[in-house]
Amino acid sequence: MTDIWRMIARRLLLGLLTLFVISLVIFGATELLPGDLARELLGQSATEETLAALREQLGLNDPAPVRYWNWLTGVLQGDFGVSMATQKPISELVGARLGNTLFLALYAAALSVPLSLLLGVLAALWRNSIFDRASNAMALTSISFPEFFVAYILVLFLAQTGIFPSMVRITAATTFGDRIYMAFLPALTLTLVVTAHMMRMTRAAIINLLASPYIEMARLKGMSPLRVVLRHAVPNALAPIINVVALNLAYLITGVVVVEVVFVYPGLGQLMVDAVTNRDIAVVQAIALIFAAAYVLLNLIADVLSTITNPRLMHRR
Amino acid sequence: MTNLILPRGISRRGLLQGAAAIGAAGLILPAGARSAMAQAKKGGVFRIGLGHGSSTDSYDPGLWEQLYVQTFAAARVNYLVEIAADGTLVPELAESWSSADGITWAFAIRQGVTFHSGKTMTPDDVVASLNHHRGDASTSAVKPFFDPVTDIKVDGQNVIVTLNAPNADFPYLMSDYHIPVLPSADGKIDPNTSDGTGGYIVESYEPGVQATMNRNPNYWKADRAHFDQIIMLTILDPAARLNALMTGEVDLIDQVDPASISLLESRGVSRIISVSGNAHYVFPMDARAAPFNDNNVRLALKYAFDRQELVDKILAGHGSVSNDNPIGPANRYFHAEMEAKTYDPDKAKFHLKEAGLDTLEVTLSAANAAFSGAVDAAVLMSEKAAAAGITITVDRVPDDGYWDNVWMKKPFCASYWGGRPVEDQMFTTAYAAGAAWNESFWDNARFNELLVAARSELDDTKRREMYHEMQQLVSFEGSTIIPMYNNYVMAVANNVGTPEKISANWNLDGFRCVERWWFA
Amino acid sequence: MTMLLSLIIGLGLFFAIGWSSRLAMHAVAPAQHKPIYRDMPLTAAFGIAVILIYVLVATLAPLIAPFGEGEVVGDQYLPWAAPYHLGTDKLGRDMLTRLIYGARNTVGIAFATTALAFVVGSILGIWAALQGGWVDQVLSRFVDALMAIPALIFSLLLLTIFGTSVLTLILVIAAVDATRVYRLARSVSQGIVVMDYIEAARLRGEGTWRLIRREILPNAMAPLVAEFGLRFCFVFLAISALSFLGLGIKPPTADWGSMVRENATLITFGDITPLLPAGAIALLTVAVNFVVDWQLHRASGLKE
Repeated sequence: MTDIWRMIARRLLLGLLTLFVISLVIFGATELLPGDLARELLGQSATEETLAALREQLGLNDPAPVRYWNWLTGVLQGDFGVSMATQKPISELVGARLGNTLFLALYAAALSVPLSLLLGVLAALWRNSIFDRASNAMALTSISFPEFFVAYILVLFLAQTGIFPSMVRITAATTFGDRIYMAFLPALTLTLVVTAHMMRMTRAAIINLLASPYIEMARLKGMSPLRVVLRHAVPNALAPIINVVALNLAYLITGVVVVEVVFVYPGLGQLMVDAVTNRDIAVVQAIALIFAAAYVLLNLIADVLSTITNPRLMHRR
Repeated sequence: MTNLILPRGISRRGLLQGAAAIGAAGLILPAGARSAMAQAKKGGVFRIGLGHGSSTDSYDPGLWEQLYVQTFAAARVNYLVEIAADGTLVPELAESWSSADGITWAFAIRQGVTFHSGKTMTPDDVVASLNHHRGDASTSAVKPFFDPVTDIKVDGQNVIVTLNAPNADFPYLMSDYHIPVLPSADGKIDPNTSDGTGGYIVESYEPGVQATMNRNPNYWKADRAHFDQIIMLTILDPAARLNALMTGEVDLIDQVDPASISLLESRGVSRIISVSGNAHYVFPMDARAAPFNDNNVRLALKYAFDRQELVDKILAGHGSVSNDNPIGPANRYFHAEMEAKTYDPDKAKFHLKEAGLDTLEVTLSAANAAFSGAVDAAVLMSEKAAAAGITITVDRVPDDGYWDNVWMKKPFCASYWGGRPVEDQMFTTAYAAGAAWNESFWDNARFNELLVAARSELDDTKRREMYHEMQQLVSFEGSTIIPMYNNYVMAVANNVGTPEKISANWNLDGFRCVERWWFA
Repeated sequence: MTMLLSLIIGLGLFFAIGWSSRLAMHAVAPAQHKPIYRDMPLTAAFGIAVILIYVLVATLAPLIAPFGEGEVVGDQYLPWAAPYHLGTDKLGRDMLTRLIYGARNTVGIAFATTALAFVVGSILGIWAALQGGWVDQVLSRFVDALMAIPALIFSLLLLTIFGTSVLTLILVIAAVDATRVYRLARSVSQGIVVMDYIEAARLRGEGTWRLIRREILPNAMAPLVAEFGLRFCFVFLAISALSFLGLGIKPPTADWGSMVRENATLITFGDITPLLPAGAIALLTVAVNFVVDWQLHRASGLKE
């Protein structure tokens, strides 16, 4: 067990390194983008004079490395700074949005993970049956529609008929029950988007093991197919399943900006897009780091769980 | 995913769109529209869903540039003067204005107006509000408006503005949405204040998401601001806006996708408001660069596409054909008798031949950031031009950074203009040689000469002749393709009452739907 | 009622296509391969037939299509009637023609992108698992860093910086996809490299490349192939999402992802036009994955 703790500690340290690399990559990329915040804020009406005045005011005239250094030292002291466009503290801007994003991600995960594991196991158990083929074809169809299109279809059938609202207008005063009700359509959209991937990986990972000699042995001993799958195949198929679940969870946190836009959901994705469009670098950096941290942590958890399920991974050279 | 990066539609060129509308145009209403409701009623929560707004929007008036902040401002603040729905200039916080010589302007400031905070509005606040846009440190988008201003001072209840040269249209500039009157302290306004003198008081505002405002009980205008509450939402996705309107979650949306207009009408839950003005879509060509430095090439391109097709397919009929003329039918000196340009491949070939060419290959850079449907319009032009031996390669460029990287940088691209109420303003801004926004870099000696002469010509007939000649020059020798005038198209719930005349000066009744409209 | 009817017709078509394609393949297959096709499930036969039809349509597009790719043939949104069998789009271009050319452009790009992503991603992933140590660490941390940036934002940044030609589009989407493939390949191979037979092969002195190709790849194939089927269709979605941002394939080139986006608003009014390109994508996705499933099944060695 100490090995695992050592691995976690090491990975966390490496995670910090990853975050540092990301902050560099993002900063560099936004620097490479044409235009800057002053240009975007003034838009077409910019003149050289007003641009210069605004750049001065925003501190954009410092060379890029200086601005990066200022930002980095701030972050190391726990200060993410203020949004250059609105002068609001970033913690204030990001806080409520982060809560909304996590709420939607967990909501969608609570629907999709059990559903896809169940479907995946059943499909592996009854492989090549009508159930297998039909659930497969349906999952594939839902996954091959773009997210916004799935959302429009759900809105057509479930919102235009008045059952659910077509927009999610969440404020601080919204109760938990109302949130669940209002966010149902976006959560369902995301469920349809991620289920097929997880379900198919589950099925494939299990089926991949079914030809192994030890499964053959279990079968020869007269075990029921359900028992074979659950007791012998699933535990050994967990590594790839856990990985694909982690990938999709991370996606639910970081990649749902389209769903946010369609349902007017105030999440981090839209905020990041706005910030990128307007080159509000401090906000971009803060959100990129949040996304990255979510990613690193989920991957770490996935690797730890994989290791636990396959102890052989522990004893490598 | 995101028009991030999402299509914000037309938003940017606030300053370029003109300060006033003298000759506003007519309003097209569907048959049976219930607009002529006799009396405005009070009450109700008016929910507006706009395809604009970003989490980087700020309170600073010098940085306002799109419909969301403009409308938000119209609810919260007042200006010195207002453009009425018929395009005339009417008093707002300035009760009257006068000038003997066009150089010194006196604005008589209204008394008894209070800010939401309870502070009384004074001429000092006006001076500080105007000064926010002046000076070296100013970051305001309308700083150029104030370049000719040499002095602003208080004289009793008057504010005196002194210019360095006569300008008869100066009061029109004071209606610009960037220049609200805000409370001041020690001669400075706080640009980030949420205070104002307007009809609604801000309750909460989350940029890029939602603003909630309640009616100002002490509003000094008795016959305005009819709603109890205004809720403004940013809904960037066009389909989401349509859905929100159809499911009754909002009462007004802007930027109705042309393809959806007839479908939306057939639903019967809302009505379309389509206001024609002088706004137009343009494709400027860099007149300094080959091949566009040859007028025959430019003429060949002007005859090589079908204007009516663009109006039908890009605007779904909500607009009209333009003859490469930035002066619209609503202008005083509009030249209606110019020879109309139709789709004529033979004529295009003729002009190519005149230019010594058999075929022509050009690249047209377009993004929907220029105007909604710009890429499609370019594709249609390219298709039709093939018959004239002209190959137009459509280069669809990213929306992101369009105005920085493409506009006035690529030799042939897409752009748009809000109409200018005064001919001189339109021509001076975008067609005079050397003007900052002369996007085609066109330089025509005769045109430049006429422009200066017409400004001081007092004889109306002579002036008309001059402006007609200038339109003729822009149309047949200019370096800008102007295929169409576009309407402002919005959709409202059936129970929203609107005045008979809706302003063509800006979208959403000159942004003032919030205080001019009501629930029936 | 109409739904039920179309369901019945759809199922009928499915069986008809599946059956006839199985018969045909069985007939033309060389003698030693005949048993494979005799036992092939109908779904796989259907999938192969659909893929073949798509490939045929894609290669012969200019011959089959009734009009030119970008040709404006009439008014916008004409109804479904000859000569415009599927009506016209918002610019008055023939919908059927656009769909046919879309097959060529979209499938070609999707295939090139996915193949590139898999070659790069799986080789690096397996190599990292095999080497372990700092190679694994450096590669994995780098990939982690790239994956931690949301794919769409990352693509947007890259495409805004490098431009939006078809080649950059392929490279950018492949780069984003390769990170996902890398992760999967690495985690699958990690389970394999600790197996005894790898140890044995190492002791035999086999080189890294040979280990990857001969020992690990065959055993890691199943999940990779399953992933391929899905990644393939994600490319369509990525293009569609990018066209949401105005960064997709440049007009007037027809591609299904952009066609869905262009017409998507119509579905709000119950108009099924956008279902055509979306359906074309879905059908291909289902077909490809049916074949993938069949191959998986055969590779697993399961008999039932």
